[in-house]
Amino acid sequence: MSRPSSTGGRPEPAGGGTALVGAAAVVALATTVVLGLRLPPTVEQGPYARLIAVHPPLAWAAYLAFGVCALVSALWLWRRTRAPRWDRLAVASAEVGVVFCALTLVTGSIWGRPTWGVWWTWDARLTSTALLLALFAGYLALRRVSVDPEARARRSAVAALVAVADVPIVHFSVDWWRTLHQGRSLAQLAPQRDLDGSYTSVMLLGFVAMTLVYGWLVAHRARVEALEARLEAAGLDLALAERRAEADVVEPVA
Amino acid sequence: MAPVVRFRSAVALLGRFPALSGVDLTVEPGEVVLLEGANGAGKTTLLRACAGLVPVVAGEAWVLGWDLRADRRSVRRRVGLLGHAGTLYDDLGAEENVRFAVRAAGGDPAAVAPALARLGVDGRLRSTAVGRLSAGQRRRVALAGLAARSPALWLLDEPHAGLDAAGRDLLDDLVRSAAAGGATVVLASHEAERASALAGRVVAMAGGRVQAREPARVA
Amino acid sequence: MWRDALLVAGKDLRIEARSRVATNQVAPFALVVLVLFGFALDPDRGVLARASAGLFWVAVLLSSLLAVQRSFAVESGDATGDGLRLSGLDPAGIFLGKAAAVAAQLAALQVVLAAGVVVLYDADLGGPALLLATCAAATVGLAAAGVVYGALAAGLRVRETLLPLLLLPVVAPVLLSATRAWEAGMGLSVDDGWRWAQLLAVFAVVYVTLGVVAFGALLEES
Repeated sequence: MSRPSSTGGRPEPAGGGTALVGAAAVVALATTVVLGLRLPPTVEQGPYARLIAVHPPLAWAAYLAFGVCALVSALWLWRRTRAPRWDRLAVASAEVGVVFCALTLVTGSIWGRPTWGVWWTWDARLTSTALLLALFAGYLALRRVSVDPEARARRSAVAALVAVADVPIVHFSVDWWRTLHQGRSLAQLAPQRDLDGSYTSVMLLGFVAMTLVYGWLVAHRARVEALEARLEAAGLDLALAERRAEADVVEPVA
Repeated sequence: MAPVVRFRSAVALLGRFPALSGVDLTVEPGEVVLLEGANGAGKTTLLRACAGLVPVVAGEAWVLGWDLRADRRSVRRRVGLLGHAGTLYDDLGAEENVRFAVRAAGGDPAAVAPALARLGVDGRLRSTAVGRLSAGQRRRVALAGLAARSPALWLLDEPHAGLDAAGRDLLDDLVRSAAAGGATVVLASHEAERASALAGRVVAMAGGRVQAREPARVA
Repeated sequence: MWRDALLVAGKDLRIEARSRVATNQVAPFALVVLVLFGFALDPDRGVLARASAGLFWVAVLLSSLLAVQRSFAVESGDATGDGLRLSGLDPAGIFLGKAAAVAAQLAALQVVLAAGVVVLYDADLGGPALLLATCAAATVGLAAAGVVYGALAAGLRVRETLLPLLLLPVVAPVLLSATRAWEAGMGLSVDDGWRWAQLLAVFAVVYVTLGVVAFGALLEES
């Protein structure tokens, strides 16, 4: 019986590059939070205006995740560049993206509540992000159902591309819809007069921080997928051997 | 002439399960080959792999000159697979089903009526919704579809199952005339006696591979 | 490709003519939905009339789920779905044919629903040009996106529950745009209805193109 072809023992930890990104992410995030909390409260919203440090960056990261997922899905589908790592990146990006999406919705909800007293304002961007979350959820549900890795990768890749085609249409339609009504919009909450540019700069730092956090999370999630794939490949050798052994047991008499 | 089927150490996966664990098989044009083996040996998967439905992930797999590892779609319209499950539309009549199959494969619609008649599907049966027919009658309709399309390679999975005595005779007759007409037939069957009378060669399968045994020659 | 599309569309419509699922099940379902809305919202006719455009399109959307499910359910009841793959038909042609058949059924359904909305909600369907253009563009888009996702979910055991989750968020902008266009056409709002119709046309073009290009990959199971 052939031995499974894995290296055995514990898998080696992720490379130094990932650790560097992780460290940078932690630093950037911590700085953002600290600086954000030190921002002066505005007259209109009190302390809640500081959410500008995290809410738009979270939204950016969610859309980035979606874009990356679609991009690597396209790379997987195109024969010349097909490689299992694109599929792993796709699922990693999608899972991380869901988290960022949910956080965007939560922070947006918190931001609007004190000013208008409602949890949901049907703000154009927030609504689009909610749909984005639904699209992500569908993608992940689809992945969970397939068993065969090749078929799953193909279905998911197509699903990602089909969904991403929808995003601009969603964006425009929701935008047109809400601007009609001139209703409550989170854009109105952004501090209008930014005397010393402090709000803007913290927000920009927030963008950088979220991008780094995204990158770090995706790298680790993709790595977990890669390890799982290695496990499966090892399992395959075992399964092949067992399958062939069936013949020896079942050998019929003439 | 090039072999119709050529598999070398072919491995095919169903999910994570290696249904074919290294198949070596060569089938020459005009042969009638019988696949036999216990349930789960891989006969159905091998037939489906020949039809280009199951991807071959290792080894070599060539059918009718097409490399299945590179392109398994083009071979589909050139083979005729009769599987366990029917591929008939329950709401359409026998004639409509066969006509659709023939036109989809780019065949000649004029072949529909003779094929149905040959399989004993005539009169009222031709227009009854297939879903209302018995299993044996449905199988005859499916066979008529194959006969009308006249593919170069016939892949039959347990074709005798569900047919009555008359139907089985019709089937044997169909296989013989297909082979006489130059087509190649590979069938999997548990009907040892009847099938080996049809076949020129018997291939045994177990554990996802073809067992290297002396080919049984029919007297 | 076009020959195959006609063949598949003809086959699907013929199956529908025999089994009458759309007429006997989907249309009544759609009408029941309209009635249920009447129960849920204040029977005060003013509210229903004002909301009729939106309610109409929600009913269309829900019915399209059934139509798409049916379109794939006819392709061999069990999960193998071999028939279409073995047939030798061009996948793009299969997509166009199925989408055309679904679109035809949806169009017929919309006629029924429009009558329902007029009768049940006392809606006033003015501005027919805009309303019809909206219906045309929305129907094509819904059918195309529906068939794409139907193929994605087909052959999976959980397809009945997965398809709505996949499809509804994607066609949400169709609901949005079609409702706004209809409201403009019916005189319930002062918006420019035609730009919504244009957005619907964009959606339709995008999804028809995607379907033609991607259907081959979608049909492949394992």
